[in-house]
Amino acid sequence: MSAGGPAGGPGEGRVGLGPAGLTVAGLTVRVAGRTLLDDASLEAPVGAVTALVGPNGAGKSTLLRALVAAHARVRGQIWAGGVDLGALSRRERARIVAFVEQDAHTDLALSVRETVALGRIPHESRWRAADARSAAVVEQALTGLGLEHLADRHIGTLSGGERQRAFVAQALAQEPTLLLLDEPTNHLDVAAQLHLLELLAGLARSGLTVVTALHDLSHAAAYSAHTVALAGGRVVAEGASDAVLTPAFVERLYGVRAARTSNPITGRAGFAFAPRAPQQD
Amino acid sequence: MSPGLLGAALGVALALVLGVSLTVGAASLTLGEVWAALLGRLGGPSVDPLVEGIVWDLRMPRILTAALVGAGLGVAGVVMQAVTRNPLADPYLLGLSSGASFGAVAVLLAGLSFLLPIAAFAGALIAAIAALGLATGMGGLTPARTVLAGVAVSAFAAALTSFVVFWFVTGDSYREVLSWLLGSVAGARWPEVLIAAGAVLIAGVPLLLTGRTLDAFAFGDTAAAALGIDVPRTRWLMLGLAALLTGGLVSVSGSIGFVGLVLPHAVRLLVGPGHRALLPLSALAGGVFLVLADTLARTVFEPRELPVGVITALVGAPVFAVLLLRSRRLA
Repeated sequence: MSAGGPAGGPGEGRVGLGPAGLTVAGLTVRVAGRTLLDDASLEAPVGAVTALVGPNGAGKSTLLRALVAAHARVRGQIWAGGVDLGALSRRERARIVAFVEQDAHTDLALSVRETVALGRIPHESRWRAADARSAAVVEQALTGLGLEHLADRHIGTLSGGERQRAFVAQALAQEPTLLLLDEPTNHLDVAAQLHLLELLAGLARSGLTVVTALHDLSHAAAYSAHTVALAGGRVVAEGASDAVLTPAFVERLYGVRAARTSNPITGRAGFAFAPRAPQQD
Repeated sequence: MSPGLLGAALGVALALVLGVSLTVGAASLTLGEVWAALLGRLGGPSVDPLVEGIVWDLRMPRILTAALVGAGLGVAGVVMQAVTRNPLADPYLLGLSSGASFGAVAVLLAGLSFLLPIAAFAGALIAAIAALGLATGMGGLTPARTVLAGVAVSAFAAALTSFVVFWFVTGDSYREVLSWLLGSVAGARWPEVLIAAGAVLIAGVPLLLTGRTLDAFAFGDTAAAALGIDVPRTRWLMLGLAALLTGGLVSVSGSIGFVGLVLPHAVRLLVGPGHRALLPLSALAGGVFLVLADTLARTVFEPRELPVGVITALVGAPVFAVLLLRSRRLA
């Protein structure tokens, strides 16, 4: 653990929801002279879903990509479960943090099992074939996500929801403590969206720290305990989802009219939106 | 098909084509004569020095060069396709073949043909460095930038070559130049074997061990980074080693098309896209294929020879088309 962490130190749970599964301090990302993420500090509790919200271009994807070291120039500090990621090699880091990208695509005819097995790369020796434990972890990930009957299918032939579950299975095969996802419900039908969100909630309950960018604020309100709001590359609000996602805040963040709703079926919180009235412009 | 089965089949095929290829040619020898000649130089009973010379000094180095060049091109093709995520990538992607051609043609025309391997190697590496530098200057070695930079360098080096050929080549040197440009192992002797073996050992063997790293690029750079790969460093290293390998090969054989582009696809259709199997199997397949193609090149139109590059495309393209048609049911 490094000195000079945020107030209270990493892992001590400023957020009041138990210990921090992720602590980010002063994370800044510059690409080609532009600051995509500016001095971002945030926490995500262990065993809960944290939602990253904010308009397009707010820096949600940049933040997630910076957390998996996909950017060249990054300043700031990141702890996952109290471990300083900056002190680790990339391989060691990939055994702690896993990432489900938005719209991942390949031209290769990989089977679902081969796709999931890619998650074992950070654990594998370069010189030896995959060991029995690795194979068991892959099978467990397939079974855990209900993919065993699809294991030999070509990844390109799956439905959107099945494919997304395969990518979650790949991430779980990394055996991470922190699971990051970028808009995982994008392009999914409503059943697949709900299936995936329930899955994430279940993974969080089993002890994983789940951080996911979400466009749908009703999903964020219903499934996340903690919310981090970004705008213009800065963290503009962070806290318990109920406290952050107020209609007034959402109206300012997105420039729309918003009202809280209650889902008549589940009773969970949600949002209704309307465009800003023309006379207000 | 299981990788082990294909590997065994290709191993047997390699032994077979190596053996058969030693017996056929302008002087037709029996397997027994070849065997006796092989032993003859290794301390066995002496045989007709002419036969021993044909086997040891003409055919063997040529066949071994073909096997090494084919194997190396197979590996380089797999690596180029994987790190650029481009199915059309081939070993010459970074302008290597055009660069080598310019170097080779320049020394051929200057009458310094003993410098040919060095000039071709230098030309190939200068082109590769220019392409990698250009792509980096454009903002980093992404797949698209790498391919575009290779196209730019390739076009420039090809233009230089065309200019030199158009301006200086006369009837006599034309054939020599054209045969080099089309790719050939006809002139390969033991020094060429050593150069090709050196390239394969120094750059090819390390690349054979990168299978899982190449797998990590299946879903792109961000996915590779999330799996613990240092993407920019790895891409530099892979492209650099592939360029070194291809540069070494092109310096002895000229640029033989098709092998490095299509054989990786053919092997992928048979055993799937996992690189740990794909790399060694593409090496084996490349070796078998090029020895076979070169044997055809020197025997089919006897006593005339075709440049082996013509054969690789003539034979390989239809075979590949058949594989593609078959694979429709797999997709």
